[in-house]
Amino acid sequence: MRRTRVIPVLTLQNEKLVKTIRFKNPTYIGDPINAVKIFNEKEVDEIVILDITATKEKRQPNYKKIEEIAEEAFMPFAYGGGITSLNQIEHLFKLGIEKVVINSALATNLNLLREASNIFGSQSIVASIDVKKNWLGKLSVYTNSGSEKINLPLFEYVKKLEENGAGELFINSIDLDGTYLGYDNALIKNISELVDIPIIACGGASKITDFYEVMQHGASAVAAGSLFVYQGAQKGILINYPTQEKLAEEVYKKL
Amino acid sequence: MISIINYNAGNIKSIQNMLKRIGVKSMICSSAEEIEQADKLILPGVGHYDHGMKNLHQSGLIEILNKKVLEDKIPLLGICLGAQLLGNKSEEGIEKGLGWIDMDVIKFDKKKLSSSLKIPHMSWNEIKINKPSALFEGLNNDSRFYFVHSYHMQPSDKTDILTTTNYGYDFTSTIEKDNIYGVQFHPEKSHKFGMQLLTNFSNI
Repeated sequence: MRRTRVIPVLTLQNEKLVKTIRFKNPTYIGDPINAVKIFNEKEVDEIVILDITATKEKRQPNYKKIEEIAEEAFMPFAYGGGITSLNQIEHLFKLGIEKVVINSALATNLNLLREASNIFGSQSIVASIDVKKNWLGKLSVYTNSGSEKINLPLFEYVKKLEENGAGELFINSIDLDGTYLGYDNALIKNISELVDIPIIACGGASKITDFYEVMQHGASAVAAGSLFVYQGAQKGILINYPTQEKLAEEVYKKL
Repeated sequence: MISIINYNAGNIKSIQNMLKRIGVKSMICSSAEEIEQADKLILPGVGHYDHGMKNLHQSGLIEILNKKVLEDKIPLLGICLGAQLLGNKSEEGIEKGLGWIDMDVIKFDKKKLSSSLKIPHMSWNEIKINKPSALFEGLNNDSRFYFVHSYHMQPSDKTDILTTTNYGYDFTSTIEKDNIYGVQFHPEKSHKFGMQLLTNFSNI
């Protein structure tokens, strides 16, 4: 049976878990270590933890917190936020994480990607792209938690990331973040036709069948935030994850 | 007590974290003296084959490892690249492997994979157990493990193949020969399945 990776994405602000809507209005969710412990019990495929204020505050990754989280993470653990140098990446791997997620630094420093991929292996380097549409529907890449637009057109940028050694592309749709409107399937399809490396789709997931749909459009893995931390229309906080049986029934067996 | 070999090419911390969780004592060994004392070894490994072998040579540990594994016959578990290094050579590089198992490491045959199956094989996947083994006690063909690799093991002697896994085609995911074990997947990142496997290894 072919599987995909179904990945909860947790966003971190000042050592607390928060959830945003369209990258704004962070709402407190809880403690990251508690969440990871629950995700262990649920046997999640992988987790991504993003410190969404590290770049903005021009600071280092919070190594102490990351190490504490890694000690409880018995699944592959990818960390992103504030990564700008090879030394930082080396430090992060020594703490027991498997992958780094790099976003803002890549807009001005593709060397970092190339060197990191050569030294640590491309399978451990995830290039992350935050995409936003303007009122005419034109797509642009944003860095620094969605606050700065880069000039290079999206599709050229995507090619450059692949050429420079990205192991995977994490494509996050800013417009769909926290909205439950479904993934941007067209965006994923367009990017997947340009590159050979795996694409992780993120932004907008509202139900398990969304995973199947975006995979039909070229995603190799699926990620979601709100879906795995909220429950129901009232958005009560509840860390959750589908069972293997449900994933097999609604996604894997159809692939 | 499990001794984890430190040769600057492995994800040591994750292995330590999981051993701690399952209540198995471990120590990190960087010197021949420390390895001389070991009664069970884990050879971790992430990254390029040649990088791994060069680092092993530079560590100066190969001689003592040969003695402990081939003469004293203490159990050794290679993980991911650490499993691949147990063979003769790899298509990934030009360095010779440890040569403890008669096998080559070959690249996934892209021609046999459909376009939706990317390389590396980065996924949870199931295993098919070919013969009874203490390493897979309490595990079965539904057990899932986390894989990340572009190359896979291909032993010359089919009886060395303990499990296979399907990714476009069946490849060798675990080898076992006497006291030597190698897993292509990452038990330290495979939840209860990995905990069971590492518990089993600690009991061998």
